[in-house]
Amino acid sequence: MEQNNKLLEVKNLIKIFVIGSGFVRSRITAVENVSFELEINKPEIFTLAGESGSGKTTLARMILGFIPPSSGNILYKGKDISQLKGREIELWFMKDVQPVFQNPFETFNPLKKVDSYLYETVINYSIADKKNASKPIEEALNLVGLSLQEVSGRYPHEFSGGQLQRISIARALITKPALLIADEPVSMVDASLKMSICNLFKELKEKQGVSIIYITHDLATAYYVSDRIAIMFRGNIVELGSVEKILTDPKHPYTKILRDSVPEPDPERKWQGRIELSSFEEKEYQSKGCKFAGRCPYVMDICRNRMPEDVSIDGRIVKCYLYASKVNKAIV
Amino acid sequence: MAILKTENLKAYYITEIFGVKRTVRAVDGVSVSINNNEIFGIAGESGCGKSTLIKTLLGIVKPPLTVLEGGVNYSIGDKKFDILALNQKELKSIRWEYISYIPQSSMSVLNPVRRIRDSFKSFINAHKKIEKEEFKNLVEEHLNALGLPTEVLNAYPHQLSGGMRQRVTIALATILRPKVIFADEPSTALDVVVQRGVIQLLKDIQQEQKNTVILVTHDMAIHANICDRIAIMYAGKIIEEAKTEEIFKNPLHPYTKYLIGSLPKIGDKSYRVSAPGSPPPLTNLPPGCSFHPRCPYTTERCKREFPKLVEVADSHKVACFLVSKEV
Ligand SMILES: Nc1ncnc2c1ncn2[C@@H]1O[C@H](COP(=O)(O)OP(=O)(O)OP(=O)(O)O)[C@@H](O)[C@H]1O
Ligand SMILES: Nc1ncnc2c1ncn2[C@@H]1O[C@H](COP(=O)(O)OP(=O)(O)O)[C@@H](O)[C@H]1O
Ligand code: SF4
Ligand code: SF4
Ligand SMILES: [Mg+2]
Ligand SMILES: [Mg+2]
Repeated sequence: MEQNNKLLEVKNLIKIFVIGSGFVRSRITAVENVSFELEINKPEIFTLAGESGSGKTTLARMILGFIPPSSGNILYKGKDISQLKGREIELWFMKDVQPVFQNPFETFNPLKKVDSYLYETVINYSIADKKNASKPIEEALNLVGLSLQEVSGRYPHEFSGGQLQRISIARALITKPALLIADEPVSMVDASLKMSICNLFKELKEKQGVSIIYITHDLATAYYVSDRIAIMFRGNIVELGSVEKILTDPKHPYTKILRDSVPEPDPERKWQGRIELSSFEEKEYQSKGCKFAGRCPYVMDICRNRMPEDVSIDGRIVKCYLYASKVNKAIV
Repeated sequence: MAILKTENLKAYYITEIFGVKRTVRAVDGVSVSINNNEIFGIAGESGCGKSTLIKTLLGIVKPPLTVLEGGVNYSIGDKKFDILALNQKELKSIRWEYISYIPQSSMSVLNPVRRIRDSFKSFINAHKKIEKEEFKNLVEEHLNALGLPTEVLNAYPHQLSGGMRQRVTIALATILRPKVIFADEPSTALDVVVQRGVIQLLKDIQQEQKNTVILVTHDMAIHANICDRIAIMYAGKIIEEAKTEEIFKNPLHPYTKYLIGSLPKIGDKSYRVSAPGSPPPLTNLPPGCSFHPRCPYTTERCKREFPKLVEVADSHKVACFLVSKEV
């Protein structure tokens, strides 16, 4: 096998859900055609952002191997994850790629002591035997600013949302993963705790070399923590590149509207102008051209008929005809 | 002029399970005065008592919630009353027409098995007798003014997207042109673009109808965008209150300083420090200042006595010994 310097390669990933049965079946394209890569030996925080229903969670669940893609490939350290056969190699992947979920209160059963989850993880992944299980747990808890003594013997309701989220991150860290996939990990916690979890992610990246796929619709925290960002709209990545470039100078018309809608915590920089909301959002999924055509102020005829290709421009990738034509002109 | 005033309002959840009494001090001595025609924001961490304060101000107090002290005095035109002293019938007559409410989840006001039109009908009929033609005009004009398509009237709630449902809820809650509108996290569950639309709608209504809006959210950026004044709640108490610009430019309470200082902004990657620790459980508050276990400036006095909310500058109130120079 050739040497590969990619941690993760997502290639033309598609996920179509079929709901209902018999004649009343309908198909939902949750992820339409998504590709991106993370480098090995170059830890980064990669944000997947976009409105609800844009396919973020579905994409994350495919990468974690929870659901199979309808088509396309996911390569982790050069290996196609759909071809991982045998307990040893499966365990290797599951240890290396760990999830962090949205709602810390749902991650933990209210009737179970919180530390039992940590011990189970140690045993299930054969990190240590029962006698020596405390050591890796203590180490993981220390990474998130907690200690086993604070956590031992206590139930979920005895912790705040932020503490529980830290414990669930500590659980994910027990196996010393190379990649964390965190789906809306701060959307249920308060402003101040939110930033302490963001700081924790930065530290894990810088000091432990962990790469993180951070899924959120909160662009302000995305800007703060991440290196690169991918903006998703209706199952497609419409813009991808460095977070500084994309959020301070968005190119795709959807990214622009998204960026302009983020409220600034500064009374001197209130929203300018007005926005129009679409009243019939469902239609966007069906359209065969650019999914944003119905709301785009720059829509052209071609937009409605064919999906735009990815265009590389100004250090990023944009899926929009506005830039395709410029590139074509430049080539001609 | 104040349209709503409370003095040392205390509302606790008092429960007894298997003989064990548990008291949640959710609203613990709140004195607040809200002006006619302003947008007043209430901010604070989850569980600090924001929704309970709103419930009490709306007069929705039923066990285990118990008011121990204080009244909620409204002065709407020549109508003056303590909402906590009204009976059910009186409450019903002022709800929606004088004092209205936009909940976080629209499903609590929209009837899931009836068309939107019917929700509007039962809302209006509970307060006025009106003819069919007049009903049609009233509702359609209101929806048009708010930029909502009149087709929504024929829809069932589940057929609408979350954002549209929330906008319809706002239309419903404001159709009788109430004088005071309470909104509890009206846009929190929504995407940013839709959230902006919902907040824009609320602001439009306030400007057109000239009512008073009390907006609860933990999102400081929303407060910055539309509120005239903001109160910061911590562990059941208001610990700082000021004009919006003042709260953001010159926060004085150590908790507010952490809160404002930790807000992320696009375009600024500088390191953010958030307050250490987490808020105390309302069943077991520390003695003295509730923030003292997390405060870097704690003194012996802070551990014993609770600092009162006092005016330290023009309409800027703070509850902290350090700021009121009483240390
Ligand atoms: N029906 C109830 N019975 C007992 N305790 C309750 C009840 N409702 C709320 N509480 C408690 O009262 C406290 C304040 O709750 P409240 O809902 O007012 O908080 P909040 O500031 O609105 O929080 P959030 O931002 O999460 O909405 C919490 O500790 C909560 O657990
Ligand atoms: N198990 C499923 N069955 C059917 N449809 C699904 C399923 N999971 C997600 N979807 C649909 O796929 C689309 C994308 O959803 P999701 O990936 O959860 O988006 P996001 O995480 O960006 O909010 C939505 O229309 C959603 O309703
Ligand atoms: S492809 Fe066309 S419709 Fe789509 S975002 Fe670009 S200009 Fe707008
Ligand atoms: S009163 Fe004391 S403990 Fe409370 S915020 Fe002020 S300085 Fe800190
Ligand atoms: Mg999701
Ligand atoms: Mg609440």
